Amino acid sequence: MSTVTVEKPTDDGPVRRVITTQRNASDKRFRRVVTAGALSTFLVLALIASFLFYRGFEIFKEFGFGFLTTSTWDSGSGDSLEGASYGVAAMLVGSIIVATMAMIMALPFVIGTSLFLEYYIGKKLRTALVAILDLMAAIPSIIYGLWGYLVLMPNAAGWAESINKYFGWIPIFKVDVENFDASPFISALVLGLMIIPIASSVTREVYSRAPQDQISAAYALGGSRWGALKAVVLPFGKSGLIGGMLLGLGRALGETVAVLLTLNLVFEVKFQVLASAGGNVASLIASRFGEAGPFEVKALMAAGLVLFLLTLVVNFGASIIVSRTSKVSQ
Amino acid sequence: MENDDINLIANAAHTGSVTGGNVLDEGRVGTSGLQTKGIHVWFGKHHVLEDISLDFPANSVTGLIGPSGCGKSTFLRVLNRMHEFIPGAAMAGEVFLDGEEIYGPKVDVTAMRLKVGMVFQKPNPFPSMTIAENVLAGLKLANIKVQDKDSLLEECLTRAGLWKEVKDRLKLSGSSLSGGQQQRLCIARALAVKPKVLLMDEPCSALDPASTLKVEETIVQLSSDMTIVVVTHNMQQAARVSDFCAFFLSDGGPGQIVEADRTAVIFSSPSDQRTADYVQGRFG
Repeated sequence: MSTVTVEKPTDDGPVRRVITTQRNASDKRFRRVVTAGALSTFLVLALIASFLFYRGFEIFKEFGFGFLTTSTWDSGSGDSLEGASYGVAAMLVGSIIVATMAMIMALPFVIGTSLFLEYYIGKKLRTALVAILDLMAAIPSIIYGLWGYLVLMPNAAGWAESINKYFGWIPIFKVDVENFDASPFISALVLGLMIIPIASSVTREVYSRAPQDQISAAYALGGSRWGALKAVVLPFGKSGLIGGMLLGLGRALGETVAVLLTLNLVFEVKFQVLASAGGNVASLIASRFGEAGPFEVKALMAAGLVLFLLTLVVNFGASIIVSRTSKVSQ
Repeated sequence: MENDDINLIANAAHTGSVTGGNVLDEGRVGTSGLQTKGIHVWFGKHHVLEDISLDFPANSVTGLIGPSGCGKSTFLRVLNRMHEFIPGAAMAGEVFLDGEEIYGPKVDVTAMRLKVGMVFQKPNPFPSMTIAENVLAGLKLANIKVQDKDSLLEECLTRAGLWKEVKDRLKLSGSSLSGGQQQRLCIARALAVKPKVLLMDEPCSALDPASTLKVEETIVQLSSDMTIVVVTHNMQQAARVSDFCAFFLSDGGPGQIVEADRTAVIFSSPSDQRTADYVQGRFG
């Protein structure tokens, strides 16, 4: 005789216990402090965004998508939005151009500085140079701006002229009027210099964590120092380099006063980077805010919101790229 | 002048009269071209190796055995100048490779390391490269152009005993392999630049027994046409793979060679009591 056993429902099996943890008082207090700190950070961010949106809302309602696609900045009579026309296209495009150029110019210096500090000099000299680099990051941007205006611009205008002379056949290096002062090129030079310390500091930190056993392997295979760095350190540090550069990009996009001093703001979308005309959202706000009437202030707030969102998108993009590349390199 | 000196030493070695030297095989002195003479090593003020002279016979495996901290890994690194990356490292004595003193002022260190390959304790393939790229990494690093990369790739992986397992996934990352496979990949990588000598620093200590066996088979096969020096903590491994053994020991002071001879002699009838105690597992 055979019996078929049917599996019983598991209701009389072991009961899974619900595990609770009783936190002690000091842990609770600390938890509250930490949570409050974190939340207030997000709260401030949300408040800024809603303030900008609230103040600029009328502008978006009035001009709609045209605020992003047109370039005229005209307050009309100043008493109302009647007859006024606001658009940030030129400023937005200008911001992106200047920031991108600054990144491109800074990149080789960032890689060079990071490798040099980590792999080519001794510990004592490194400590000293890192301190100087950190000091460079702490210099106020007005100083960079003044130096850019007084020292760099008279020289860099000449460089721009040479570039225009020999590479003018490339569309972005063309100019309509032969004035090379206060161009996106010069602004980007100043911004690039400002980015180098902060980007190098992040990149160097990641380069220093490159696995020693792989570096040894590269040397043991008959690799030179440059060979070992190229085979091991650069691929390993890719995410750090991207992270550092994007941190720099965040600074470059939002930089106000250094750009204001070295860039001639023109309300027209232009891609001629050597010409004395460019755009920048942050500098626009700074240059107009002082004498703006109530309605122009609203437009400036709307411009601020656009910049805010742009920076947010860039930073989100940055963290996604960093997390992806760091997964690959491990 | 310099060459005369080298001949003198080589001749001295042939007659078995290198001062304090350990001649592993009287009949094959100088055959591999790898010899050391009076090697001392210091790390800062710490004297870690004292007067190590060895002549490695060609086409054989020489095991460096001894308890931890006796300086055998350091000695291995002296043979391809990898120890000088450690801050504060200093050395005395001479290492000859094909009659040339590798610490000489005119020596191109990277070219020398092409002749003396190295396999490390922990498998260290380059994670950013594929399996194929890993094998050929040495050529790229040293800027060596090869006509037929595919056949070199197959040859190196076959000699390292890995070809059958990876031939269908050469494009995958080197870190997708198991630990044992990674170590054989590292052996294949070292072979691609055609070294005369292969140094192995406890190549199986991070591997499971099955992988260890495979790597050991590879070592024995490779020794038919190259000189291999292997550091090992595992006495059975030393007995299985090596033809000659040098027993290092440090009694608080710098490490020295207690005894160096054929592996069979070291394990069956060593002349020093400390060697007998160590190989039979009574200390260390």
